[in-house]
Amino acid sequence: MIRILRLTWVGWLLNMKSLTRSGLFIFTSVIEPLIFATLSYYLFKAGHRPGTLLYASLSAGLMGIWTSTLFGSGGVISWQRWQGTLEPTVASPPPLMLVLFPLTLATASIGLYSLTATLLWGRFVFGIPLHLAHPATFALSVPLMIVNLGALGLVIGGGFILYRNANALSNMLEFPVWLVTGALVPLSLLPGWVHPLSWILSPTWGFRAVRAAAIGGDAWPALGMCVVLGVAYAFLASYLVGLFEFRARVRATLSLT
Amino acid sequence: MINAARVFGIGGVISYRALFNWQSPTYYVPTMLGHPLFQILFFAYLGRFSHVRNDAFFVVGNAVQVSAMAGVYGMAMTIGGERWTATLSPLLATPANRLALFLGRALPQIVNGFVVSAFGFVSGWALLDFHPKPSGLPALTLVVALTCASCTGFGLVVGALGLRFRDVFTISNPAYFLMLLVCGVNIPLSALPGWLAAIGRALPLTHGIEAARKLADGTAFADVQGLVATEVAIGLAWAFLAYVMLRFFEEESRRRATLELL
Repeated sequence: MIRILRLTWVGWLLNMKSLTRSGLFIFTSVIEPLIFATLSYYLFKAGHRPGTLLYASLSAGLMGIWTSTLFGSGGVISWQRWQGTLEPTVASPPPLMLVLFPLTLATASIGLYSLTATLLWGRFVFGIPLHLAHPATFALSVPLMIVNLGALGLVIGGGFILYRNANALSNMLEFPVWLVTGALVPLSLLPGWVHPLSWILSPTWGFRAVRAAAIGGDAWPALGMCVVLGVAYAFLASYLVGLFEFRARVRATLSLT
Repeated sequence: MINAARVFGIGGVISYRALFNWQSPTYYVPTMLGHPLFQILFFAYLGRFSHVRNDAFFVVGNAVQVSAMAGVYGMAMTIGGERWTATLSPLLATPANRLALFLGRALPQIVNGFVVSAFGFVSGWALLDFHPKPSGLPALTLVVALTCASCTGFGLVVGALGLRFRDVFTISNPAYFLMLLVCGVNIPLSALPGWLAAIGRALPLTHGIEAARKLADGTAFADVQGLVATEVAIGLAWAFLAYVMLRFFEEESRRRATLELL
């Protein structure tokens, strides 16, 4: 257990340092959410919905967390392929899943730049007061959501092992998940058939918990769902990564780009 | 003259084919069709939530803007990508006419941008409350084509900057998303601060989108000619700026021996 925790910590730290050195990744994590935050402010102002400004600021940050998780986790295998580190990673003694998890966790953690940036942007540029309804719950919700998205990232990364154009799927999945998880648009506006889909996506519950902790409401049911889905994702990722690793070895396609 | 035409036509097509990923349906469909489709749906629903305008406003704005997937990203990857694939030095060592060389690379992206835009309009018509007047469709098609061309002129500038920056996406990503904010795609320019609206008016898409909205609403082409002319003029100005930048960067890179520096 201590070895697993140590591997996770060292892997997370290494990948955080590596991602923080990537100008493109940081730029995308900060600039894109700021553009979306600004767009939402003016859109809600034009629609005479001033009460939703903190909601907009918070939502843009949460959207940024999903973006960094998606692009980071979706690209995790491709990057290792390009860098020539995939084979040594797969050949190393720890299970592949335990090596990949700190990486996907780090990509989700980078999303904290987005949340911080949009909240500060809202506070100092648009003068939106930042009064958290439940600060302690907020402080718990954010890391729990990050770990949860890291687990979802593992499912995404595992699922993309055999898909050569994984980054194309990452490009496509940004907007639909924002939409289906109610990141900015309430789910009640979407068709009924979308709702069951949103229930099995953990960002729905993570966003809901963080929002309830910040703006007001009961965050605990959503946090509970985060834990349940996080465990389910871990099992699913373990199965997928194992299966795809085996297939890639059998077909000798591990390093094919 | 014939050589320049060959460099323009054949060179442009070959450079587009060199975006190997884009030839694959497994890449093209999610990126160039899936992303625009979901972008249109996202903003249409955001529009319903914010009560700013109706579906048609968001469908037209985003269906035209998604042409930047080809106009901005495509140009960025075509021109900026030459450095990554180590083909920039041999390319610039040729005596080929530079204007034909770079404009030729824009042509396939204009066509591609138009296809993406058309798909956006059809999706909006099929899935959302968007029903343009049939009489305005020919003029709408022309305006969208011209706006795609204008956007590609801006994409040339992004591509030129890609020769200077370490990663071309550092420029193209913010450029694409800034267009969503300042070009009247999702927010009426009247709702933006003056300085942001002024930036939007200097960029391509803004006037084209305004003209397209009016045409979809049944306005005659004669009434939007001024907007279309402004859109074309802005596109030409950006293309000219790109040409000057490309020549300047070429000269500078030769002088300082930094052509292939990453």
